[in-house]
Amino acid sequence: MVIERKTDDTEWSPPNLVDYETVHHGFVWPTPEETFGRRADAPGCFNIAYEAADRHVAAGEGDRIALRSLASESPATTLTYARLAEDSARFANALADLGVVPGDRVFTLLGRMPALYIAALGILKRGAVFSPLFSAFGPEPIKARMQIAEAKALVTTARFFERKVKPVLADLPSLRTVVLVGGGDGGVDFDVALAGQPTTCRIAPTRADDLAIIHFTSGTTGRPKGAMHVHGAAVAHKLTAAYALDLKPDDIFWCTADPGWVTGTSYGIIAPLLIGCTIVSDEEEFDAQRWYGNLERERVTVWYTAPTAVRMLMKAGDDLPQRYDLSRLRLIASVGEPLNPQAVIWGRDVLKRPIHDNWWQTETGGIMISNFLSMPIRPGSMGRPVPGIEAAVTKREASGAVSFVEMPDEQGELALKAGWPSMFIGYLNEEERYRKCFVDSWYLTGDLVRRDADGYYWFVGRADDVIKSAGHLIGPFEVESALLEHPAVAEAGVIGIPDPVAMEVVKAFVALRSGHTPDETLRKDLLAHARKRLGPAVAPRYIEFCHSLPKTRSGKVMRRLLKARELGLPEGDTSTLEVEK
Amino acid sequence: MTDAELSDLVARSFYAVAPDIEGEPIDPNKSFRAQFEIDSMDFLNFVIGLHKATGVEILERDYPDLQTLSGAVAFLRQRLP
Repeated sequence: MVIERKTDDTEWSPPNLVDYETVHHGFVWPTPEETFGRRADAPGCFNIAYEAADRHVAAGEGDRIALRSLASESPATTLTYARLAEDSARFANALADLGVVPGDRVFTLLGRMPALYIAALGILKRGAVFSPLFSAFGPEPIKARMQIAEAKALVTTARFFERKVKPVLADLPSLRTVVLVGGGDGGVDFDVALAGQPTTCRIAPTRADDLAIIHFTSGTTGRPKGAMHVHGAAVAHKLTAAYALDLKPDDIFWCTADPGWVTGTSYGIIAPLLIGCTIVSDEEEFDAQRWYGNLERERVTVWYTAPTAVRMLMKAGDDLPQRYDLSRLRLIASVGEPLNPQAVIWGRDVLKRPIHDNWWQTETGGIMISNFLSMPIRPGSMGRPVPGIEAAVTKREASGAVSFVEMPDEQGELALKAGWPSMFIGYLNEEERYRKCFVDSWYLTGDLVRRDADGYYWFVGRADDVIKSAGHLIGPFEVESALLEHPAVAEAGVIGIPDPVAMEVVKAFVALRSGHTPDETLRKDLLAHARKRLGPAVAPRYIEFCHSLPKTRSGKVMRRLLKARELGLPEGDTSTLEVEK
Repeated sequence: MTDAELSDLVARSFYAVAPDIEGEPIDPNKSFRAQFEIDSMDFLNFVIGLHKATGVEILERDYPDLQTLSGAVAFLRQRLP
């Protein structure tokens, strides 16, 4: 089925991308200078934070509203572009005073609050590398990421610091500076650090190919991977936001993603500021009435959310949105996992706007495939490649080479022609893992897809064992490692099982050491153990005890087999199997 | 059920979803989210648990009433026969 754009949509100005075929054909990525203009103050330099705030001020747009930050227990905070430029300069100066030098990795562990936006831009202005953490992480994921990146400084709150960082502080010898938003014990008060600082700073003379951001993501095996992105990625952030989200300077844009994930940074912070529109952000978690209220009150025009949230809104009923005026909404987009066709159609019928699904990953830095406003939507499809992106369906051959699947609707691994501006430039300290992602000049995404005869891509599944839950990627190895730290656990295998709301939720299969009884008390104890270490977003929701786990001859737990059994699917080739359940 | 029994039932349903918090005192007038590390999926499972334990039908529009211990007790008191 196809959803065509309705003709009454002409009440809005034409979309940024009107003629997909023409624009996509022969598209060449512009340079940073062509995209944003020259840096009169620093020719040849390029810094995301300058483009996100100071450029608008220099153009006389400083009074425009950059951020409307909502919270339940305090009034909304409004920041203009001028204020954002000033406060981020003050924070950059404060970082310098605290001994942070260009190239240092500075982490944030913050909810969606004004300090996050100020800190992110301040870190980049200092020439340091910004690495955001998900605030629902427990101490273990936080420790692993900060160790890998040798974090020099952390910006967080007293509450998060006390609960999540203090327990692992001894394992973070590189961490020298802690800044606490709202003050408290254990660090420098954010407001105090800013007070008295000049409202301008010397923005670090970064170049487009200098490292700007590290986003951690999860693989099937091993430790989390730090995907590295450069300042020049801003070219893709701006253009993909213009094309796939149709963002314009007069838009009011709400991206509901958490800043600890790549969406919450690329499109929650950077892209809308590059475009010069107003960001709406809400410190609170999901609540259907609150969200509809936000859309109405803030007069949101473009809304970027996730399938899990859409499905929760669907559960909240069709009557609820009718009580709100959502007529300002021009575009609803979704990312995180494939949006089911029913959700796209529900959007059209109930919110009066179909929901435009798109696809990308931490490694791609920005939206790669999208259902564009100017194009009929295929519900359930991720859409077509954005201008500047060449996509292909591939098969890995035994020789190591890839072949291309040209037949429509045949399954293969999604590959992207390397070289777009927001492509990751490496996994931090993991050259080998990075190299393995590329064959010839193609980046292999690890996602299995098919492409229909009209060029729309459809997600089929992951090529590896990574779990997609509520828009986040969860590495089974990280969860298994935490479980194995429990004295009762001998073996652990972790998979994603289907869930109507979150797409997948984490389930762990656990074999116990002798002397331990598989009962309800131990199950609760294991769940508590995992939640304390990993946080609720990563910890398993279910634990099943078994005598032993199926393993390969080399001793690796066969997660695929666990999954096949769980779902009642054919178990496939088990010739390398060592232990039966 | 008395309010004390209801309060106990709500706390048990909450601890079942977040066993890491078991035994920690719950401030009855502060939202669960403001006090503890729980996410939206946890909250959803908490609501499902309350429904299973009491048989009370809980709609999404009731969720705001269930954000605190005292709110959940008041909600159940009103709905239980």
